[in-house]
Amino acid sequence: MRQLRQSLPTGTFVLGCLVILGLIPIVIRYLNGLGAISNLSDGRPWGFWISFDLYCGVALAAGGFTLAGVVYIFGREKYHSVARPAILTAFLGYLLVILALLVDLGQPWYIWHAMIYWNIHSPLFEVAICVMTYTLVLALEFSPAVFERLSELNLPVIRRFNWHIPLRIIRAIQIPLVIAGIVLSTLHQSSLGSMLLMMPHTLHPLWYTPVLPLLFLLSAISVGPAMVIFESTLSTRAFGHELAIDVLSGLGRAIPYILGLYLLLKLVDLLVAGELGLIFTAYPINLLWWTEVIIGVVTPIILLSRPAIRQSRRGVFWSSVLVIFGLVLNRFNVSMLALGMRPGFTYFPHWMEVAISVALVADALLVIWLSYRFLHIAEHGEAVAE
Amino acid sequence: MSKGTLYDATKCIGCRACQVACKQWNELPAEKTTNSGTYENPPKMTAYTFTKINFTELEHNGKFQWVFNKQQCMHCQEPGCAEACIVGALVKTEGGPVTYDEGKCIGCRYCMVACPFGIPNFEWDKPLPWIRKCTFCADRQGAGLKPACVTTCPTGALTFGERDELIAEAQRRIAEHPDKYVNHIYGVQEVGGTSWLYLSPVPFEEIGFPTLPSAPVTINAERAMAAVPPVLVGVAAAMAGIYWLVQRQQKIGQKAGEEEKQKEKVK
Repeated sequence: MRQLRQSLPTGTFVLGCLVILGLIPIVIRYLNGLGAISNLSDGRPWGFWISFDLYCGVALAAGGFTLAGVVYIFGREKYHSVARPAILTAFLGYLLVILALLVDLGQPWYIWHAMIYWNIHSPLFEVAICVMTYTLVLALEFSPAVFERLSELNLPVIRRFNWHIPLRIIRAIQIPLVIAGIVLSTLHQSSLGSMLLMMPHTLHPLWYTPVLPLLFLLSAISVGPAMVIFESTLSTRAFGHELAIDVLSGLGRAIPYILGLYLLLKLVDLLVAGELGLIFTAYPINLLWWTEVIIGVVTPIILLSRPAIRQSRRGVFWSSVLVIFGLVLNRFNVSMLALGMRPGFTYFPHWMEVAISVALVADALLVIWLSYRFLHIAEHGEAVAE
Repeated sequence: MSKGTLYDATKCIGCRACQVACKQWNELPAEKTTNSGTYENPPKMTAYTFTKINFTELEHNGKFQWVFNKQQCMHCQEPGCAEACIVGALVKTEGGPVTYDEGKCIGCRYCMVACPFGIPNFEWDKPLPWIRKCTFCADRQGAGLKPACVTTCPTGALTFGERDELIAEAQRRIAEHPDKYVNHIYGVQEVGGTSWLYLSPVPFEEIGFPTLPSAPVTINAERAMAAVPPVLVGVAAAMAGIYWLVQRQQKIGQKAGEEEKQKEKVK
C-alpha cells in the first residue's frame, strides 16, 4: 500500500493532463469538422482511430471472454483471481471503442440508427450490434464487484437497499451471461475480419483471404491470455497483489497452441491460394508480414514452449509483450499499412488523432486505478482459489 | 428494367459541360484550384464534385492520342457500398441508380473504403458531414428526365437508356468500327456489372480504369455473413455442452472423494 501512495499521485496527474489534452481536438472537431483535426481524406477515409481504437481495441479486450470462458465454462478455478480484472479491462476497452467512434463518426448523434435501420448484410452492422450487446454483458458480468462493495458501505441511503438481491440475480444468470459473452465475442472478433473481405482489390493479397474472419478470431483468442499476463504484471507493480507464478505460466502455456494453429492456417491459406511466393517477392510490404510473423508469432511460440521461460515472471511477461506487438502490427497492417489508398493520396496520422486515442487510454487507466482503490478487484477470488 | 448510360470516349471532346451541369443541378459549390499543367480541373473528385473528365495523353498504335474519360459513380449492379452500409442508407434501386439516404447515414465511411472505384466522398470541412456522390440524377429520372450530364452533352458522347439496349448499341459500334475501339465494353462484366458503360479507343487500364474481375466485391463478405447464424447456434451449444460436461465431471469427482472418505472412516 505504501507503494500505491507514492507512485500514483504523479501518475494520476499525468493521466489527467492527457485526458484534458485530448478534449481540445474533440471540441475543434465538433466546430470545424473532421478535416480540422485529422489527416484523413477521401483517399484514406479510415485511419489511426479505426486501426488503433477499433481494430486493436476490440482484439486486445479479448482477455474478457477467454478468461470468463476458462473459469466459468471450463471450470478452471485456478484462474478465478484474474477473471475479474480481465472482465474490467475488457469492459473499459469496449467503452473506449464506443467513445472513439463518437469522435470518428461523421454523425455520432445518430449512432443509435444502427439499432433501428438494420442492414443484415453488412459485416459492420454485425460488429455494431455485437459490440453494443457485449458491452452490456460485460457491464453485468462486472457488476457484482460494485454491488459487493455497496453492500459493505455504511453510507446513508445506500445501506437501506439490500444489495444482495441484484447480486443473487446476477449470480443466477452468470453462466448464460458468460456463454452469451463468448458467442458475441466469437461473432464480432471474426466479423472485424469479414469487414475487410469487402476490399478484395485494395487489401494486399498477403493479408486478403476468405479465411480472414477465422484468422481474426484465432489471433484474438491468442492475445487474450497475453493481455491478462501483461495487465496483471503491471498492476502487480502498481498495486501489489502478486499473482501466483503457477497462474501466469498456465496462461502462457496455452498461447503457443493457439498461435501455432493461427500460423499454420495463415501459411496453408497462402499455399492453397498459390501466393506463398509473395512473402519473398512482394518487397517492401513483405517486411511488415515478416515482422508480424517472426516477432509476434514464431518467437513467442518458441519462448513459451520452454518450461524455464514459463517459470520466470520476466519470461512470461516479455513473451506476452511480443504477442501483443504482433497482434497490433497485424491489425495495423490489414486496416491501414497494407490497405491501398486511392491514387494521389498520402496519409500519416495527425498529432490530434493520436492525442484523442491517448486520452481515451488515459481515461481507462484512471478508471482502472479507481476500481483497484475502491472495489475488490485483485484480491477477489483468492479465497476461492485457496 | 434497369437504366444505364453509355460513355463513348471517341465522341467526347473534353468540354466539361457535364461537370458544370452536374454542379448546377446538384447545387454544388465551386472549388478553389490551381493550374496543374493540364486542362483537367478540379484535380480530384470531392464531396462537391460528383463528376470529372480525366485527360490522358498517350501513344497508341504508334499514334499520339488525347483521350478523355468521364468519372462518376458507376452505379454497380452489386454495389460494395450498399452491402457495406451499416444502416442501409445506400441502396441499389431497381431502376439503376445507387441512392443515398442522409436520414439514415451515421457517417462511418465504410462505403468509401468498400467502393472498388473509390467514388463516395466525405464532407471533411463540415461539423455535420455527409457522404456525397453522383446520384445518377435519380430525382430527374423519377420525373422522366435524363441525367443532367447526359442532357447537356453536345456531342452525343453520353447515351442514356436501358442498360441491355446500351450494351447492344455498344457492341454494334465496335462491330462497325473495329479499328476505332478496343474490343471491350467496360462495365458489362466488371465487379458483376455496372449501370455506366464505357467505350474507348485505347486499353482501359491506360486511361486510369482499374482492372477488375467479374466477381462482385461482395462475394466473400456475403459468404462470411451467411455463416453467422450457424456459428451463433454452434458456439452457444458447444459452450453449454462443455459446461454441462465439466460440472458433471466435478460432481462425480466430488462423490468419489466423499465415498473414499467414508470408506476411510469405516476402516
